[in-house]
Amino acid sequence: MNNPTNLKYSKTHEWVAFSDGSTARIGLTDHAQQALGDIVFANLPQEGDSVNIGEAFGDVESVKAVSDIYSPVTGTVAAVNESLSDEPGQINKTPYEAWLIEVSGITDTEDLLTVEEYEAFCREEA
Amino acid sequence: MGHYLSSTQSQRREMLDALGIDSMEELYSSVPRELITKNGFELPEGKSELEVDRLMRNMAGKNTQFSAVFRGAGAYSHYIPAIVGTVVSKETFLTAYTPYQAEISQGVLQAIFEYQSMICRLTGMDVSNASVYDGASATAEAVAMCRDKRRSKVIISSAAHPEVIETIKTYCWAAGAAVELAPSNNGATDLAALESMIDDKTACVHIQQPNYFGIIEDCERAGQIAHASGAKFIMGINPIAAAILKTPGECAADIAVGEGQPLGMPLSYGGPYLGFMAANSSMMRKLPGRIVGETVDTDGNRAYVLTLQAREQHIRREKASSNICSNQALCAMTAAVYMAAMGPEGMKNAAIQCMSKAHYLASRLEEIKMPLKYGGQFFHEFVTACPDDVDAKRLIECLGADHGILGGLPIEDNCILWCCTEMNTKEEIDRLINVLAENLAEKGGRG
Amino acid sequence: MELLFEKSKEGRSCTILPACDVPVTAVEAGAARQTPLTLPELSENDLSRHYSELERRAHGVNNGFYPLGSCTMKYNPRVNESVAALPGFTNIHPLQPDESAQGCLEALYLADKYLCGITGMDDMTFQPAAGAHGELTGVMLIKKYHEKRGDTGRIKIIVPDSAHGTNPATAAMCGMSVVNIPSGPDGCVDLEKLRAAVGDDTAGFMLTNPNTLGIFEKNILDITRIIHDAGGLNYYDGANLNAIMGIVRPGDMGFDCVHLNLHKTFSTPHGGGGPGSGAVGCKKLLSPYLPVPRVRLKEEAGKYKYYQEYDFPDSIGKVKAFSGNFLVTLKALTYIITLGREGIPEAAQNSVLNANYLMKLLSKRYKVVNDGFCMHEFVLTLQNEAKEYGFTAMDIAKALLDHGIHPPTMYFPLIVPEALMVEPTETESKETLDKAAEIFLEIYDQAIENPEGIHGLPKTTPIGRPDEVRAARSPVLRA
Repeated sequence: MNNPTNLKYSKTHEWVAFSDGSTARIGLTDHAQQALGDIVFANLPQEGDSVNIGEAFGDVESVKAVSDIYSPVTGTVAAVNESLSDEPGQINKTPYEAWLIEVSGITDTEDLLTVEEYEAFCREEA
Repeated sequence: MGHYLSSTQSQRREMLDALGIDSMEELYSSVPRELITKNGFELPEGKSELEVDRLMRNMAGKNTQFSAVFRGAGAYSHYIPAIVGTVVSKETFLTAYTPYQAEISQGVLQAIFEYQSMICRLTGMDVSNASVYDGASATAEAVAMCRDKRRSKVIISSAAHPEVIETIKTYCWAAGAAVELAPSNNGATDLAALESMIDDKTACVHIQQPNYFGIIEDCERAGQIAHASGAKFIMGINPIAAAILKTPGECAADIAVGEGQPLGMPLSYGGPYLGFMAANSSMMRKLPGRIVGETVDTDGNRAYVLTLQAREQHIRREKASSNICSNQALCAMTAAVYMAAMGPEGMKNAAIQCMSKAHYLASRLEEIKMPLKYGGQFFHEFVTACPDDVDAKRLIECLGADHGILGGLPIEDNCILWCCTEMNTKEEIDRLINVLAENLAEKGGRG
Repeated sequence: MELLFEKSKEGRSCTILPACDVPVTAVEAGAARQTPLTLPELSENDLSRHYSELERRAHGVNNGFYPLGSCTMKYNPRVNESVAALPGFTNIHPLQPDESAQGCLEALYLADKYLCGITGMDDMTFQPAAGAHGELTGVMLIKKYHEKRGDTGRIKIIVPDSAHGTNPATAAMCGMSVVNIPSGPDGCVDLEKLRAAVGDDTAGFMLTNPNTLGIFEKNILDITRIIHDAGGLNYYDGANLNAIMGIVRPGDMGFDCVHLNLHKTFSTPHGGGGPGSGAVGCKKLLSPYLPVPRVRLKEEAGKYKYYQEYDFPDSIGKVKAFSGNFLVTLKALTYIITLGREGIPEAAQNSVLNANYLMKLLSKRYKVVNDGFCMHEFVLTLQNEAKEYGFTAMDIAKALLDHGIHPPTMYFPLIVPEALMVEPTETESKETLDKAAEIFLEIYDQAIENPEGIHGLPKTTPIGRPDEVRAARSPVLRA
């Protein structure tokens, strides 16, 4: 799968799509969903919860594992992708459409990678 | 000495030869010499099976088996249908490991799935786990399910079983959570007091139904009070009573727990028993312990498998809500066979008989000047006060020592907690009354 | 196969209870159950057949070799069962007076005494119902110990990275967190890393010895000393005691408390997942904190009587009602009495002999993780085979099912990729081990030749591989 060029990426394998300077959607990359295997459930925060750079805001479960999802921004959860509770498999099938949370009021963002930097990072990790 | 080794001495010799060593001791060469103990570990010499059987029968003979039991208080004497013992002593069920390899464990998995289904129907809840250690620890686990960062205060009814309260206190102390006891009034939880205690830091409210004194609580109202403050409502129930009392589902409980021992397990001096836990679907992923789910295999056949394992300790590790690994599988199967053998009519019948016989005993006790202490409706247990010149403990002792009757449990304030089940015949109850009447006539049982 | 609910027929029943012989009392309307109770309606014949069919679809130690690493699936003696079924034990109410339960109290007292002897501890509790429950109790004892000393900063439990998953969960339940220390190249605790990890916040250290790779930690005295010097306590996870019982005592290794798995080491049956028993023993310094009640012996008018003592003001309280899984404790006691002072170490030695013999046979094809002798279990890794040929530990396990052998433990310990942990136990004969080795080797050779073929196994079991993803995504947890 091609990683979209218009997104930003974190070293913990999340993608970030800014709609403006202070609002963004966050999801998991194709690399992440492959490593996790079939995802059976996503534990996500509630609207109004705060998220902080570098801290886990939720986790995804596969049959045999749980993995934390880290926030690349500091802000407030404005929306949660409810469709994932019925169909968590979307994260595997269409990782770049299956956003997890939307964060608004962003006050801080970690240094994110471009698609080229991210792909290079993944190659190094392997 | 006794042993269960299959290889003969000469076979062991062959194996040592294959390993290129002379003696068993060489296998322990990686163990520092100073750690190898020389003494006999203070154990007696081993024995043949016949000697062991004799010794243990002798030990069992030192216990008194009472001919009539009128004591409950968390462990109940019910009739166990013969089919129950036959099924749970089947060698394969007895000796199987946890059903992690689903392909060869469908028997155990399906039995547990059936158990889970029956517990859901009994409690009126959406989902049940595969069981936990006992009712007391199940309650402690239910409390842990409800606590989170925002709400950590726990309110337990003081009318719950003292050992349940003690266990919750221990678990909550370990986790650093506060426990408050809602006071009781006339043998039931004081709901007005509960309402004043509850606040927005309260994680949960727990009421036992029927409570320790046998009284039937107003659980619907208790649940409303809990929910009005955003707290969860945990109901600890008696599984026999559940056949005829309003279910946790009907009382809008979030979690139902209880001691499953009455469902086919003998008294056994306290264990092994069975903790059942059921919840509404929104709390499903917080349930601790094992859960069996239905799925299909590669050929599309219906199959059962341990599922939602990401809740559990071996995967979620420090973020798991509990460290529990195992369930009481064979006891859960016991409960399932019991409920299937009794059927819905048998379960109702057992409950009605428990309640009726208890009321018969209570009315006869009233005749001999041992009236009910509390005014509320009761199920199969109740408390009587003793006349001032009668010592409750002595009275009960005489019943046991001279008449082979295990009377009610002496509790505080010179009172007695009585219990009747379907096992107590009218004759037995009448005989108990006669013996008590005699004892009371002889200057209040002192003597 | 149908569920009980699917076999149910309205109006069918057993006839278990007589009619009520006293006037019937009904529940007042406001408190009465409204929704009808729906349970299966069956005859006893139906039930008997149903459970017999379920039995055929299960697999116990009675059906074949069960080399599950870390579970100690030894033979479960039937005399233990007959003793635990004696009405003189099963009919005893936990709250009947102590004078009338002298047999039960004697059983608990003797089990305490014998297991303290085997473990080198001073006192025991049988209240915990399982290993994890015992572990929780043990960590609670350690927590209370530090609390009583006013040392509330000790909130870290050190565990090796090869440890069981319960350890971090247990620590969390006690308001503590876990510090993982990586194992050295030999799979054992790295002393340097341990020294670096201890400090004023160290509450304790949890270890099983032999460790989860089946190797005896030869530096154990140094390890426990490092923890003690830092002010922490040492906790022994007794899951692997079978290798050393009657030969080495955890108390002599520097451990302050232990939990035992009576359903592993002491032969009580697993029951398909319980009931077990996680007895906890401790040295005197922790005794005041044990759960109540405790069984004591006193002399009264020239006679000795057992009684239950509740007056321990510093006790942690209770982790379960009454005195634990009493019948399980009784079965373990029966076993210890049967084996006795020579039989216990003999069983341990033969568990180690059997493991080493089987390991040698399997090493013809399989890569064994450690060099030299193992203790009672050993770990194989299929890491190379997974890379080069495309078959995994899971595939080997599923192939074994077709041969009536329960697979070894898969994917544990976590530090070994594609792990299979094998523990034959002492109760298997040489010919069982020979036959099992033949099958393991045959499966391996077939997999090398045709790696695709192994992915579709098992073929002869009641079901094929289940769809676990579907079970977790769309949970159906009841009928």
